[in-house]
Amino acid sequence: MNRREIFSGLQSMNNKKQDFDSVARTNSGLTPYNGNWTIAEVRQLLKRTMFGSTKSDLNYFLGLSMSDSVDTILELINHPAYTLPSPPLNNYSNILTDPQCAAGQPWPGTPDTNNGVVFTFGVRRKSLKSWWMSQILNQSRSIREKMVLFWSNHFVVEFDIVQVSTYIYKYNTLLREYALGNFKDFTKQITINSAMLIYLNGDKNTALAPNENYGRELQELFTVGKDSNGNPFYNEEDVKEAARALTGWRNDLVNSSSANGFNSYFQPAKHDVNNKVFSSSYNNAVITGQSGVAGANEVDELMNIIFQRNEVAEFICRKLYRWFVYYVIDASTEINVIKPLANIFRLNNYDIVPVLSALFKSEHFFDVLNRACLIKSPIDFAAALSREYDVVFPDNSDITAQYAAWDKIRSQAAAFQLDLGDPPNVAGWQAYYQDPSYHEMWINSDTLPKRNQFSDRMTNNGYTNLGQTIVIDVVKFTESLSNPSDPIALIYEVLAISYAIDPTPGLQAYLLSILLSGQASNSYWTVAWDAYVSDPLNTTNYNIVKTRLQSFYKYIMDLSEYQLS
Amino acid sequence: MKRRDFFRKTIPAALLPSLLNGFSFRAFAGSPLMQALTSATLNDHALVLIQLNGGNDGLNTVIPLDQYSNLSSARSNILIPDTQVLSLNGYANTGFHPAMSGMQQLFNNGLLNIIQSVGYPSPNFSHFRATDIWLTGSDSDQVISSGWSGRYLNYEYPNFPTGYPNPTMPDPLALQIGSSVSLALQGPASSMGMAISDPTSFYNLINGIQDPAPNTNAGKELTYIRQVAQQSTLYSSVILAAANNITQQSAMYPAAGLNSLADQLKIVARLIAGGLKTKIYMVNLGGFDTHSSQVDTTTTSGEHADLLRKLSEAITAFMDDVSFLNIENRVLGMTFSEFGRRIKSNSSDGTDHGAAAPLFVFGKDVQSGILGSNPVIDAVVTSNDNLPMQYDFRSIYASVLQDWFCVPSSDLSNILLQNFQTLPIIQSTACMGVGIHELNQSAGINLINNYPNPFTSSTYINFTTNGGHTLVQVFDSEGKMIKTLADGEYIAGTYKVWFENENYNSGVYYARLQNGSVQQVRNMMIVK
Repeated sequence: MNRREIFSGLQSMNNKKQDFDSVARTNSGLTPYNGNWTIAEVRQLLKRTMFGSTKSDLNYFLGLSMSDSVDTILELINHPAYTLPSPPLNNYSNILTDPQCAAGQPWPGTPDTNNGVVFTFGVRRKSLKSWWMSQILNQSRSIREKMVLFWSNHFVVEFDIVQVSTYIYKYNTLLREYALGNFKDFTKQITINSAMLIYLNGDKNTALAPNENYGRELQELFTVGKDSNGNPFYNEEDVKEAARALTGWRNDLVNSSSANGFNSYFQPAKHDVNNKVFSSSYNNAVITGQSGVAGANEVDELMNIIFQRNEVAEFICRKLYRWFVYYVIDASTEINVIKPLANIFRLNNYDIVPVLSALFKSEHFFDVLNRACLIKSPIDFAAALSREYDVVFPDNSDITAQYAAWDKIRSQAAAFQLDLGDPPNVAGWQAYYQDPSYHEMWINSDTLPKRNQFSDRMTNNGYTNLGQTIVIDVVKFTESLSNPSDPIALIYEVLAISYAIDPTPGLQAYLLSILLSGQASNSYWTVAWDAYVSDPLNTTNYNIVKTRLQSFYKYIMDLSEYQLS
Repeated sequence: MKRRDFFRKTIPAALLPSLLNGFSFRAFAGSPLMQALTSATLNDHALVLIQLNGGNDGLNTVIPLDQYSNLSSARSNILIPDTQVLSLNGYANTGFHPAMSGMQQLFNNGLLNIIQSVGYPSPNFSHFRATDIWLTGSDSDQVISSGWSGRYLNYEYPNFPTGYPNPTMPDPLALQIGSSVSLALQGPASSMGMAISDPTSFYNLINGIQDPAPNTNAGKELTYIRQVAQQSTLYSSVILAAANNITQQSAMYPAAGLNSLADQLKIVARLIAGGLKTKIYMVNLGGFDTHSSQVDTTTTSGEHADLLRKLSEAITAFMDDVSFLNIENRVLGMTFSEFGRRIKSNSSDGTDHGAAAPLFVFGKDVQSGILGSNPVIDAVVTSNDNLPMQYDFRSIYASVLQDWFCVPSSDLSNILLQNFQTLPIIQSTACMGVGIHELNQSAGINLINNYPNPFTSSTYINFTTNGGHTLVQVFDSEGKMIKTLADGEYIAGTYKVWFENENYNSGVYYARLQNGSVQQVRNMMIVK
């Protein structure tokens, strides 16, 4: 792949930046939080670490302590040992016949080619994306899926460029396996991952024709990064030497039955056996050139050299902070949060869980000044809406229809500018690096109306494909709430689930007027709801509450407040 | 990912609940009449729908003076003294509540039309259900999820919202001002109801201010999103431009904040005069659910009097403004409420949920006068008795669609889902409605009668039709339709049908004839 046209991205659209220098700042740090544990705090934890805060999840975590909640989210307790989900299936038999994989069967591990001719085109990539979406929609009470998305924005590959379906599946699996693992090991594994070898030309990096692409991104984007002025912590010499250390890694996609089938492997003949000498940035470290299969060990030595720089931990901690807390990192946050987190990261030999644990149990994370300030990413918006409002997806009796329903949510998020598996370039989505707008880039005059249209449709007729409809069943959802016949209680509970921010009195009054159809007495809603409950099969009673609830939920989701988490 | 040209994409969107001068606002698109209107530039008519939430007491609004004696025994505790009833030119037996002096002037000046006893068969007494019936145009026992206006929009603009706004229709097709969300504007497809956003964004847009947001990171992001919402709210710029075109309006409006309906109508006049081509505006006034304290110690004051005064002052000021702004040829207004109230008052100086009630249509192009006769009040009225309907509310819709918006009559049944006769409400040289003189010609002729009357087991009903679609229905005293005796195409002539007492209770029943714009009601009595 050519060097990306990085940082050429859009500035936020047609919006004057307001001067918000006066916004209140917090000096809180990593001291463990020991304040209230109410729905507001649980919501903060769930909306940030999962895709939405469902009513049942809110109730579940309200029953745990803060510390146990975070440990649960991190899968330290209340989870069985993690096992990978069953792989994606051939859901595309209605489009083409796959000679390598029967309809309804898992396709990973089978070739995209038949007699040397590629036949799968995009169907398997789409199958994987739909499947990935289903992992998000059906996530457990864990941070794992949000971390998978985080890592896909960090160790970027683009499915459309890698193409080979089993490679992108294995890449996605690697993210899932290491989502809460050891970052240093993870970096090594991603370095020799087949998809990454294709994406950043590692598979073309040989002693005779070294390719520096991966050697550069490994340092610039994946590990040490640059300083706040944009100056790299490494120099061009280090790019070259890193590339030479990684020569010889290849992919085998021809022989799926061999031991190397659909794996990368090390080919000693292509490896540069000379010593690699790094600059003063890395204390002039040297990797002694090795020949034969021992050449494969040079990747470990390269990791050791790079991970000696403190900036690696700081770089990752800042990225985690922007993902989970807020995009502005001021001097206080740098001193009170980032540096201590980075220290924890290094002390734990780059295990990710201790860092996340310290962050999510901290006063800083639960500080009121840090709540509700995260703009939902496109995936977060689409998935949280589906999860929080109990959207029912088709079962596996029709794989094609089931995948199509998952893919509808995925494609909506793509329309909001986040296409799972296909970030715009190797730097990931601009919302996570483009200063000064950052997350605000998700919201512009194209994407905001689209988000509204999606929520409008989900509260109305939903989306129907292959005879299966995904829609918010507004009446059923309302029935699941604690006290839906009391309009005040109903509004309170729905907003507690849906919003991270406290609603204004005017908004609550407006929502009440919707439920009451402009009538003055709350009892009119109560009467209408109770009439429905006492005779749920009466279509008149049903429609009276349904039309009002559709307007009610639509309105809640149309408001700017709903974009925040 | 490919770089996108954000701005070349048309942004489809329809509903935009927002605030203009403190009122929540929603725009929607695709007025059914619009094709005829815009493509042929037949007219630039706008319709203003005034919803009176709660159920207005028609008998204390339009008072049948020829029934005064029976009325006084049915509702003595809320009765308006006949000496204080405002008289209407040419109609000695009918008058207005004393709070309605402004509307009295409009009527006497030929700018207001009264349609008596508007309702529908088998009325529903639930606010929610009855409101839905009015907004969707459904039958009493039928559930429809789209609004009558929304269906009309969908019928005219099946492609909406794709490609809207466009040069042919740069403006929202309908706007709702006021706090309640209207089912009337809901199209059958979700796309009709799409879009935005923030209840305060319109207010901000017009006034160029920012909403207060907390001084936190969350407040900063909320403000940012609101800005984008405001900028990307479909039609915000055209609405703002229209509002800014008008700097002076009638001085007759009450001061802002005193009369919410007047405040809403003032915005409507401003937007119409400012150049919006929007076809339908919805405004509302709530509080008509006067179960108690409808009147004070004197029956001419109290909650209902205050509401009627607001209604009258608002409409009067609006009509003055419409004239001042030179848009009188473009504006037609109509009131409606989900039901009237019971004939008999209750002991709390109020009235309970009822059935048929009068409806007002106003504007320079109305056929002035009163359509229909005074409701008949019997000497003995029970607390369950209701006024029978004379006109189906969907006939009013049909008339407005045909005669104000010039929809071909052949298309009306597609929009209203049944065939409803149109009525002589609107003078329209452009659309050639049915003349009120046709009705006048049949005045005084008994087109429907029955014999024997009173009767015990059965009676003959004779009716005379001028030909075409003819309907004969029988209602009980609560307004519930119990029988349809004729419903079809008839050759002009007189016909006889048989009506049998199928174990009905003793009491008053009504036989109703409708034939084109002509309708009559015959009182019948079953005795044991």
